[in-house]
Amino acid sequence: MRLLFAILLLLAPVPLLAQTALPPAPYADRQIDDPALERKARTLMETIRCLTCQSQSIADSNASMAGDMRSQIRERIMAGEQPEQIRAWLISRYGDWVSYEPTAAPILWPLWAAPVLLLFAGLILMRGRIGKRRRP
Amino acid sequence: MRKMLIWLPLALFLAFFALFAGGLFKPDDRVITSKLVGQPLPGFALPAGASDRPALASTDFATGKPRLLNIFASWCVPCAAEAPQLEALRRAGAEIDAIAIRDARDDVDAFLRRNGNPYSRIGLDARSSVQIALGSSGVPETFVIDGKGLIRYQHIGDIRADDVPMILDRLKDAQ
Repeated sequence: MRLLFAILLLLAPVPLLAQTALPPAPYADRQIDDPALERKARTLMETIRCLTCQSQSIADSNASMAGDMRSQIRERIMAGEQPEQIRAWLISRYGDWVSYEPTAAPILWPLWAAPVLLLFAGLILMRGRIGKRRRP
Repeated sequence: MRKMLIWLPLALFLAFFALFAGGLFKPDDRVITSKLVGQPLPGFALPAGASDRPALASTDFATGKPRLLNIFASWCVPCAAEAPQLEALRRAGAEIDAIAIRDARDDVDAFLRRNGNPYSRIGLDARSSVQIALGSSGVPETFVIDGKGLIRYQHIGDIRADDVPMILDRLKDAQ
């Protein structure tokens, strides 16, 4: 019986070290009443990187700072700000790093050019093959 | 030319292998620095974060003298660890203001009773909004703000004993 109890105790979930005792910010986990605005906010939040859990977007993260950022984004969308304005504001604080959306910065030009280059390479390859087949 | 082409996949494989192997051994750097270093402190006015210190606003900074702005929280363990270093900085003449992140005044009071209070002013940033506006990504962080209210330096993580002279130098540079 005591063994069983010990095993059960081991299985009990250990609460993670609490980050903060405060309740989450008002709009951290609450949607905006207007679905159109909520969709706008949501689309933005999914492309903003969480600073605490760095491979998650703030929409997916449970970190308290991500919650505060979600709340701030929803409040600013409700106040009439455009998502791209908020993204630019965040980038001016944390750099391009904070946004999952690739920008048009020169360092990313190869990324944008890659599809076009690959398409051309494919066309050239195809022409070679088809040309070869026609010849007997 | 044709004969050489057959080696291309292997060459590509080796190139990617070298890239990934290199990535495995490179130290993982996840420190996100604020892009506001060199720019003016964003405007804010926060309520008082402790019962025996005045509140903090951005206008308290452009006073002609450089100051330290410490971002801390009562729930943050490294913040307690850096308390002696902040006290040493204060004794060396640094003026330190603080912003308590996601905190409550009672908790800040208890934290300061436990770890000492090197701060002149303390603001309470209950929803991390000033922290986000500063481009700060965690606690503790310490900013050097010069006499004109420009952010001159950002120290990420707790201040260790051997960081103290460096921070004092940064303050002197900001004069």
